[in-house]
Amino acid sequence: MGIVQYVAKRLGLFLAVLFIGLTITFFLPRLMPVNPIDGYISQLMSLSSGSLSSEAVAELRVNLEELYGLKGDLLSQYVSYLERVLLRFDFGPSFAYYPATVSDVVLNALPWTLALLLTTTVLGWALGNMVGLVAGYFHTKRLATLLEIVGILIYPIPYYILAVSVILLFAYVFPVFPLSATFPVGEMSLNKLGLILYNAFLPALALVLAGFGWNILSMKALAIATTEEPYVTYARLKGASNWTRMTRYVFRNAMLPQVTALALSIGTIFNGALLTEIIFSYPGVGLIMRTAATGGDYNVLYGVITISIIAVATAGLIIDLIYPLLDPRIRHK
Amino acid sequence: MTQDAMALPTTRSGLRWRELYWLVNLRLAIGLTIVLILAVGSLVLPLFNTVDPSVQASYWKNLPPSFKHLLGTNALGQDTFWYLVYSVRNSLVLGFVVAIGVTVISTIVGLSAGYIGGSFERVVMLVVDTFITIPLLPILIILGAVIRGSSTFLTVGLVIIIFGWAWGARTVRSMALTLREREFINMARFSGANTLQILVSEIFPYVSAFLLVGFINTVLFAINTEATLAVIGLSKVEVPTLGSIIFWALSYNAMFTGNYIWIVAPIVTTVVLFLGLFLTSTGFNAAFATKRGVA
Repeated sequence: MGIVQYVAKRLGLFLAVLFIGLTITFFLPRLMPVNPIDGYISQLMSLSSGSLSSEAVAELRVNLEELYGLKGDLLSQYVSYLERVLLRFDFGPSFAYYPATVSDVVLNALPWTLALLLTTTVLGWALGNMVGLVAGYFHTKRLATLLEIVGILIYPIPYYILAVSVILLFAYVFPVFPLSATFPVGEMSLNKLGLILYNAFLPALALVLAGFGWNILSMKALAIATTEEPYVTYARLKGASNWTRMTRYVFRNAMLPQVTALALSIGTIFNGALLTEIIFSYPGVGLIMRTAATGGDYNVLYGVITISIIAVATAGLIIDLIYPLLDPRIRHK
Repeated sequence: MTQDAMALPTTRSGLRWRELYWLVNLRLAIGLTIVLILAVGSLVLPLFNTVDPSVQASYWKNLPPSFKHLLGTNALGQDTFWYLVYSVRNSLVLGFVVAIGVTVISTIVGLSAGYIGGSFERVVMLVVDTFITIPLLPILIILGAVIRGSSTFLTVGLVIIIFGWAWGARTVRSMALTLREREFINMARFSGANTLQILVSEIFPYVSAFLLVGFINTVLFAINTEATLAVIGLSKVEVPTLGSIIFWALSYNAMFTGNYIWIVAPIVTTVVLFLGLFLTSTGFNAAFATKRGVA
């Protein structure tokens, strides 16, 4: 497969993910037996304790349907939804943060999520693969088994348990870090940057731990298999040092499946980031999603989910486009 | 198989046991023990219980552990031990139901894509890769928000099935791809078997070992996903599960009120259960690899 075909195939997948993802987010809630507008109106009516006339309710319904883009049949709703989202990036106003638009609200939170996600994914991937590489390369040594046991113990623990345990340990039993994060607003200064890093440490720790275990286990298995390849034996006979063999011969080859796995698991990693933000009250996309879900702010909810799908699909695309740089076999064919 | 050649038993029962020797490994033993204890315990113990633990204010609040309340009671006046037992049971049942659904769908999709091939395979794999890439949690959150109140515990399971089959389908398909080229498949085809017969009687037995491992992994995935939703309050939190128990403990600040057991007990139980399921799945994997002579 040549490089052009490779890129074309990945772009195709990217567009398909976007299209199918947006379609699902559009249709699924509409196929549910519950109408969000009914819920919203009954909420308003109970707040006003019966002072709303039936004409006012009908008018309210028409207004809301227009706002949510629920007018007309399903097909025309769908077309106008795609057009609004893809061409104009317009999700309407937010109800909770009125008059701020949904795009503003989400785009303000996105850098926070991206910063946390990028740092922890890179750290977790690099650390896990390093430990896994050492454990796999020296798999006959006793210490390697110990490293693998660490991986086995961490890997199956769910994200939410990791997050809650990290809070319990480092904010309650040993009160080193704050129980719930507080983030300063306004101008950026060195002092403030320190405060942000201090507050973001616990959520980051939980995320790094979560990525760590899987990378150890899968890298170890790959490294063991690669160590037994003839070209590694040849390198040893040639007189290459242990270090050179481990990094240049074993790692370069064992890394490739790990990069593919990273691209495929980016959605799962994103799930973990959302959850971490919610549990730690970290001011990113996840927290906005949570607030919008409980407050019935459907415009924001839709906006956040659409932007998440776009972001995750783009991240996967970028990783896959880096792949030919790492694997010369794709470039040279 | 070399094992069969080595096993030359004298008695019939000896034969049966030696045939199963390949199953023995440490991980599988530990994992199965943990899972069986938790599964049998959580299924049998409720028979001896009279008070529904999800009903609030059955007892005094925040009682310390005693013989009557093994893990004390929580801030809602529920017995923590019984709540935990019911949580493990409900989570395991949900996990198994979802895993059955996911295994059936992913086997059908994966086998047909890998075996039929062509443009059918390309379209199916595009959909599979899309489902793998789409972040599940946001979609579950929006569904949770829209159907809140009217959802049942089973709806949550159904949604997890809809979004959980893709990984399995990918694995099954790659296995079917390698199988397509094997001699015994060609043999069956030349003998006049049609596609369905080959899928059912030639490929399925070969794939079933992997399906078992995939099944256990799906149980893990399902329990984890439901618990994740429950922890942030978007599942059916009135139903005791491993997630909802932590949701209630967090929302009533169990750590500050000094009721550590309420939050630590479910954390420990979850970690033990997940470790058990994970060891079982990797143990089976290792056992099947030994039997095939790969490792």
